[in-house]
Amino acid sequence: MKRDADFEQLARYTGEWMRGEGPESDIVISTRVRLARNLADFPFIRRCSDEDRLSIERTVRSRMETIADRLWESAQYVDLEPLSEIDRQLLVERQLISREIADSDGSRAVAFDASEGYSVMINEEDHLRIQVMRSGLDIENTWKQVNRIDDMLEEVVLYAFHPRYGYLTACPTNVGTGLRVSVMLHLPALVITEQMDRVFRSMQRINVTVRGLYGEGSQYTGDFYQVSNQVTLGYTESELLDLVGKEVAPRIIEYERKAREALLKNNRDDLHDEVSRAMGILSTARKISSEETMHHLSKIRLGISMGLIDKPDVKIINQLFLQSQSAHLQKLQGRILGTAERHARRASFLQQHLSGKDDATWN
Amino acid sequence: MKCQFCEKPATFHITELTEPTGPQVMHLCEEHAKGFLHKGASSPMAAIATALAKQLGQSGDDLEELDQKECPVCGITFREFRNSGRLGCPYDYTHFEADLRPLLINVHDRTDHAGKHPQRSAGTADSQARMIKLRSEMEEAIKSEDYERASELRDELKNMAAPLNPPNTETDDQS
Ligand SMILES: [Zn+2]
Ligand SMILES: [Zn+2]
Repeated sequence: MKRDADFEQLARYTGEWMRGEGPESDIVISTRVRLARNLADFPFIRRCSDEDRLSIERTVRSRMETIADRLWESAQYVDLEPLSEIDRQLLVERQLISREIADSDGSRAVAFDASEGYSVMINEEDHLRIQVMRSGLDIENTWKQVNRIDDMLEEVVLYAFHPRYGYLTACPTNVGTGLRVSVMLHLPALVITEQMDRVFRSMQRINVTVRGLYGEGSQYTGDFYQVSNQVTLGYTESELLDLVGKEVAPRIIEYERKAREALLKNNRDDLHDEVSRAMGILSTARKISSEETMHHLSKIRLGISMGLIDKPDVKIINQLFLQSQSAHLQKLQGRILGTAERHARRASFLQQHLSGKDDATWN
Repeated sequence: MKCQFCEKPATFHITELTEPTGPQVMHLCEEHAKGFLHKGASSPMAAIATALAKQLGQSGDDLEELDQKECPVCGITFREFRNSGRLGCPYDYTHFEADLRPLLINVHDRTDHAGKHPQRSAGTADSQARMIKLRSEMEEAIKSEDYERASELRDELKNMAAPLNPPNTETDDQS
């Protein structure tokens, strides 16, 4: 495993899973499956001494190195403790690490592969958080890969496991399978037609949760929602995968498709106008916040998937979602920017990439 | 009356009517009430809070007693678990089993694992507890510069934690 990543280089590209491809990718951004695991011979993180945390990090790293060649291609291992805040933020924006682990203290690390589809967090809320992400709705392959990594890690570390309660986790809401299946959906038509409340209510009864992008509190930015299983104990992995991937996600996708059809039929001109205005603002603004950017990018993405406009490519929109975030902007600029500078830099960045006058930032 | 989650006085008395078992009353300080009401049913802390409130009913005495209970391995008290929503070590699932089970039912509907099993495990809950204790004794020994004792403990720990199968022995159907 290669130690430490080149963050300037990282900021220039998007991970494989953000390419906007795969099944149902007009609505489904990505599928993520994660497993929470703990080592049998340490306390959970909350009761770990500094020595314990360091010892966990070192043990896991050296054990992973013994299987690295089978585990994944060109893995990177990043020690998070000495990292600058902006580099940690960059990893959060790329969803390689959680905000919790970025903001916590002490020994902690992340290992991920070059495609950024796999990552293993060490010393998050649990000793290990193994996650796999793929573009579009692809539950089966995502699970296969995360399960494969879990099997390999299990050969080299001893997991805390209880015959009755399964894999033991720091929070009782993750115990059992330790499995969280999440599908990220882009649902602008349901938002425009004010049907999200109905979706929320119907989901509460069937053991899944619906959250805004990045799962941050009640603030939903850019019409992105994450659906994931609420329960983890007493069900098999395939039952939980099916609950999210076969029952819930397809139903929401269908609602969104119907809402899009209705919009096209009844409000085509209004919608087209909104999409064009969003494009206009992003390609001419001189300063812009990330919230407003998300809002307009979401409209443009909708316009592209519904065939109202034919450029840019959805891949470029996904890339702009990622790179117009603060840490990415600053990394691309090569220095720390104040709020006003960021807003100006973001506006010119968007302008550059939406006006067709691309520079050499991407290839 | 004290808040169910901390030492502050309970100024909010929230009645939950959504449960089939009838109304449940929760006694909370302002801060915990806010957190509880804003987070909604999707947050793990809220799920734990709701489950515990139901389980403990309205009696402060039961709670007082339960709160004092302490894990012999990691030293976490039930109160600390209630306040943070996080357990201290794997042995807590054994030590607090009776108190956690109703909570697990509330959160998951079920209590028995039905999924994947690891190929190998650390034996009983007691032997896992022993490993954690040995490790903290070892750290203590190192701190007090008793290196002889530390290395004894390290050997004992190594024997208990050694992988049953050495890695790198089997081929993998990599896709
Ligand atoms: Zn309180
Ligand atoms: Zn404990």
